[in-house]
Amino acid sequence: MIEARNISKWFDGQQVLYDISATFHTGKTNLIIGQSGSGKTVLMKCLVGLLRPEEGEILYDGRSFRAMNDEQKKALHTEIGMLFQGSALFDNLTVLGNVMFPLKMFSKMSKAEQLERARFCIQRVGLENADNKFPSEISGGMQKRVAIARAISLNPRYLFCDEPNSGLDPRTSILIDELLSDITHEFNITTVINTHDMNSVLGIGENIIFINKGRCDWTGNDKDIFRSKSRSLNDFVFASKLFREVKKYLERSAERDEKANN
Amino acid sequence: MQKRGLPAELSASGRRLTLTHTMIVSSLKSFGRYCLFMQRVFRVPDKWREFFKNTAFEIYKLGVDSIPLVIIISIFIGAVITIQMKINFVSPLVPSYTVGLATREILLLEFSSSILALILAGKVGSNIASEIGTMRVTEQIDALDIMGVNSANFIVLPKIVGFVLFIPVLCVLSMFMGIFGGWLMAFATNIVSIETYTYGLQTMFIEWYVWYGIIKTFFFAFIITSVAAYYGYYVKGGALEVGKASTNAVVSSSILILLMDVVLTKLMLQ
Repeated sequence: MIEARNISKWFDGQQVLYDISATFHTGKTNLIIGQSGSGKTVLMKCLVGLLRPEEGEILYDGRSFRAMNDEQKKALHTEIGMLFQGSALFDNLTVLGNVMFPLKMFSKMSKAEQLERARFCIQRVGLENADNKFPSEISGGMQKRVAIARAISLNPRYLFCDEPNSGLDPRTSILIDELLSDITHEFNITTVINTHDMNSVLGIGENIIFINKGRCDWTGNDKDIFRSKSRSLNDFVFASKLFREVKKYLERSAERDEKANN
Repeated sequence: MQKRGLPAELSASGRRLTLTHTMIVSSLKSFGRYCLFMQRVFRVPDKWREFFKNTAFEIYKLGVDSIPLVIIISIFIGAVITIQMKINFVSPLVPSYTVGLATREILLLEFSSSILALILAGKVGSNIASEIGTMRVTEQIDALDIMGVNSANFIVLPKIVGFVLFIPVLCVLSMFMGIFGGWLMAFATNIVSIETYTYGLQTMFIEWYVWYGIIKTFFFAFIITSVAAYYGYYVKGGALEVGKASTNAVVSSSILILLMDVVLTKLMLQ
């Protein structure tokens, strides 16, 4: 479990996060949602330690990140896997090389064991016959899968994903979402996903934190989101015509149910 | 009606003062950040095996790949120096073997170390800055940091070590090729006889000048790689900024090479 307590962050005197508190549960897909520029990525970067919040603290299963020394932080980072928006694969390494990289750097496995583990991870994300290809030779969706395979290669306890669906077609997006959800449940990982894709929200949102203008406006799950009274959340959720229609449909069925009950 | 504020002249000098102050502060900040960056670079590598592998790769990429450029430039410059020496030494009091002697001295003292370093700052420096800058904007450096890898050490140290180790090879190669270029010119055009040119090369030879050139290149190699890596590592933005970082890296390292050249010459030759 990861807890963010009263996180505030400034850039050049301008505050971008305001006193954010949130809990990200183990074995669940935790979603941080919000419009572009709302502060989602900044919050995620604070959570993983790429940015240092000026106020507040982050607890990894009760361990305060702020109180850790360099060695403890390094040890914690080996428990973290991260999927970046642009995949962030190493251009000079093949698919297999990318997935083996964390194992080479941090595991005490033999070369054969590293290969076996890397191949298992590659297979787990549904990639075949791509071991010797370079990132530039595979599609965006495949790159995301390789990045997921790399992120889970060291059996992380925490998995962070920054907009995993960006730049992908709807079908591939759903496949990536399902993969992340499956991995979370299979390996009992605390997964934090940063997204503004409503399909992801409804598909895998077990614990949702809505960030609006740097503030945490709402928390709940995919079931509660349509019933929320938060205006900013409704503006965000029902921005597309499709979801406005869904809302109307839900309201009509609720009315029908009420009449039937009466 | 009198204008409010400072008189125009004073205001202009005030502006100049503020500009100078800003430039000094910004330079000091950059220098401080460079020192902190170097502190992160010069740490014990996480995995020695990976470090040696990467260093060997960088020796090939930054050093061995530069050999053709060094050979071509050195041969041509050697040839040009020979022609120019012959044209300029018109006095009957200057013996004709001076052509070979002057060519050797120019190559050993300046060209094969300082000028070669300036040329390599363009090739190697821009390569390093753009490579690391691209890694930064595509979040590959963040990915390393998240994994717990000291990204500065992992990416930059093999480049510095690899290039510093290999640059003496380039320097000595350039010396030979430059002298060979002059010989080739003498042979092809007979502006000076081969025997006279060779005699000039051997006359008043001071071995220390070779060491002086080689020692200088160690410093230059460090400047080229570390300054370029610094500019690449702290890129913010996108492709445009990577290009700017690459240009800034070449400009800054060229200026620093020239400054270092003056300092080293003063220290080692006087």
